[in-house]
Amino acid sequence: MNKQSNTYTIIYAVVLVLIVGVVLSVVYQALRPQQEENIANDKKRQILAAALITPSEGETISELYEQHIKASFIVNSKGERIDDGIDPFSVKVDQEVKKPADDRLLPVYECSTDAGTKYIVPVYGAGLWGPIWGYIALDSNGETIYGAYFAHQGETPGLGAEIEKPAFSTQFEGKDIFNASGDFQSVKVVKNGQEPSEGAYVHAISGGTITSQGVQKMLQNSLEPYTAYFKSLENKEKTN
Amino acid sequence: MNLKKTFLPLVNPLSKDNPVIVQVLGICSALAVTAKMEPALVMTISVTAVLAIANVLISLLRNTIPSSIRIIVQLVVVAALVVVVDQVLKAWNYEISKALSVFIGLIITNCIIMGRLEAFALNNRPWPAFLDGIGNGLGYGIILIIVSFFRELFGSGTLFGCQIFPDWWYEAGYQNNGMMILPPMALIVVACIIWAHRSINKDLQE
Repeated sequence: MNKQSNTYTIIYAVVLVLIVGVVLSVVYQALRPQQEENIANDKKRQILAAALITPSEGETISELYEQHIKASFIVNSKGERIDDGIDPFSVKVDQEVKKPADDRLLPVYECSTDAGTKYIVPVYGAGLWGPIWGYIALDSNGETIYGAYFAHQGETPGLGAEIEKPAFSTQFEGKDIFNASGDFQSVKVVKNGQEPSEGAYVHAISGGTITSQGVQKMLQNSLEPYTAYFKSLENKEKTN
Repeated sequence: MNLKKTFLPLVNPLSKDNPVIVQVLGICSALAVTAKMEPALVMTISVTAVLAIANVLISLLRNTIPSSIRIIVQLVVVAALVVVVDQVLKAWNYEISKALSVFIGLIITNCIIMGRLEAFALNNRPWPAFLDGIGNGLGYGIILIIVSFFRELFGSGTLFGCQIFPDWWYEAGYQNNGMMILPPMALIVVACIIWAHRSINKDLQE
């Protein structure tokens, strides 16, 4: 057969693409359950990391998660629980943060640790090159940050990517997200020498300005809708 | 055929015909993944695997490929392999795949791969093509590792994430060089390697 003819070329291309397509879909189907489990486990690891729980040797993430996360539920911006059968774990935070605050589904994970009950909420925003996200664990007073975990998709290694390092995230521990008059005030991410006179702040990553600003915006945008819920935690603690 | 000639495709790309510093291919990914050593190492392994397998497949198909669409055929084979590598990493080694998310996709655009398929695999039998793939992958990798060694050591003070310089150095006023982490330093380090390499191999000087 003439290998330079159009018929041969077209048939060759079609057959090749079909074979490759079948191979890829088989690989995808075969590996998908494992991948989904990895993704779920990774999410559980991140949630636990916010509450400063990391697996030691021999512990699996799913066991730890079962052990520590006592409850998870969804609240709305008024602080009321929503019970319509949606699994909080499956809420897509990246979609929720784009909605107006009042329409959002806001997942909360209740985590029991050695230091008491902590409330973990997801945050999601944009860095320099792509999405950044994380989890913030609050003390039972709904005001003080107990721990934070940040991750990113493709920030510059050594610069913006440093937000995932403990050196950055441990700065958030003990910061208050309400000001003296009881209004929501997100933690600011500022450069050395530009510390604000009031309100909680942490230091930005040098050389990672856009990513650091992204973290600040992410916290503001993702935490603010929870204000009512955090207040209710505070009141609950006072009445106890 | 003597032994030396058989292994020429494997040994040559390591120095005399190195894809990065002699053919000056794959520079873009050498910039992107060399700020830290770990991604550089995994990138080396992934590129070597993809290049070796793609070389063998194209070499097996070389007598059937219509010349008018040969680039497209090569691209389809490489893209499919890269997707498979990506999927396998996601299923079996999720941590690494997360660290390399964008870089794995970059393998498709690595000029070394298309270059070797076009220049070698299309005209050679599978075994030499396989050796050529391994050789070029490693030749690319050597440069990546050298560049990332300097960039991570002087840019972050670590190697494979472990701190190298003791804390008292920093207390005494030593600072990591932030410039090393930025892409231009990769080019400068590559240029220094080329300089040293050419001074040793006089026959490469033009």
